[in-house]
Amino acid sequence: MSQDSHNDHDQDGGYHATVKGYVIGFLLSVVLTAIPFWLVMDQVLPSPRTTAFVILAFAAVQMLVHMVYFLHLNTKVESGWSLLSMVFTVALVVIMLSGSIWVMYHLNTNMMPHMDPQAARNMP
Amino acid sequence: MANASSHAVNYHTADGAPVFYDNGDHHPQQGTLLGFWLYLMSDCLMFAVLFAVYAVLGRNYAAGPSGADLFDLRLIAVNTAILLFSSITYGFAMIAMQHGKKQAVLRWLAITGVLGLSFLGLEIYEFAHLIHEGAGPWRSGFLSSFFILVGTHGLHVMFGCIWLVTLMVQVSKLGLTTENKRRLMCLSMFWHFLDLIWIGVFTFVYLMGVLP
Repeated sequence: MSQDSHNDHDQDGGYHATVKGYVIGFLLSVVLTAIPFWLVMDQVLPSPRTTAFVILAFAAVQMLVHMVYFLHLNTKVESGWSLLSMVFTVALVVIMLSGSIWVMYHLNTNMMPHMDPQAARNMP
Repeated sequence: MANASSHAVNYHTADGAPVFYDNGDHHPQQGTLLGFWLYLMSDCLMFAVLFAVYAVLGRNYAAGPSGADLFDLRLIAVNTAILLFSSITYGFAMIAMQHGKKQAVLRWLAITGVLGLSFLGLEIYEFAHLIHEGAGPWRSGFLSSFFILVGTHGLHVMFGCIWLVTLMVQVSKLGLTTENKRRLMCLSMFWHFLDLIWIGVFTFVYLMGVLP
């Protein structure tokens, strides 16, 4: 335990990128980028709502791909502290984003009853 | 290690051999990388706030133009491709660094820098075009939040480019020293992190912005 883990991150932080890893990550990213652009530009799916959910899912997967293949995030880097801080940040981001959207959506609903954008535009 | 003096702990085994409680396992040798990662996480929170602002204000057009009127998806696709390519070229620079090939590192860094600058050039062109059309950040809540979010990302890329040029000078003058390797690793994280933020930008702002 002592000698191994000591020398493990001695020279370059245990950071060992490989050509293979980068190429796999890159190819996955290309596919995961191209599909959402295609879906939106050619209007493949019938409803915009479905398209929105699908491209958000693609973005989430691509972010994971980037974290694993480009940022080399795993449970071993920095004894897991990188991953732990990442998880903490993601939790905060999710709370912040979903909370803001949720609150503001309801605020809009409650502030402007029965008013469509056209009516709002014609207000004095 | 040498401070074994006055505590009520056993510092010697029964046969008199010293016991060391600090066996060198935990040492802050790569503290910089973890620290830089924590900085990136705080940066991530800042971007999350800007994304939240865009999520809230992104449909407040104030009777002005919407994303569907303004965004040119082909330009964004080119920009996305450029940034993605710059990620893998930086990756190749890191691999060359591991093999200690100084010239290859400089070459890949130069390619990455050119890609980064082309990204910035296209983004400045896009912004100038929008402002020229009267769709500047002052036009509506949507455009304010758009410019602050995309502009902040662009500023990061700009500083990344400056940092990259600085490192190229450092590496060409001093070689691949331990310090320079550490700096290259930090910039690597920064660069890939910006690409990660861009995924959110092109999905959430541009692609979802042009959906009817």
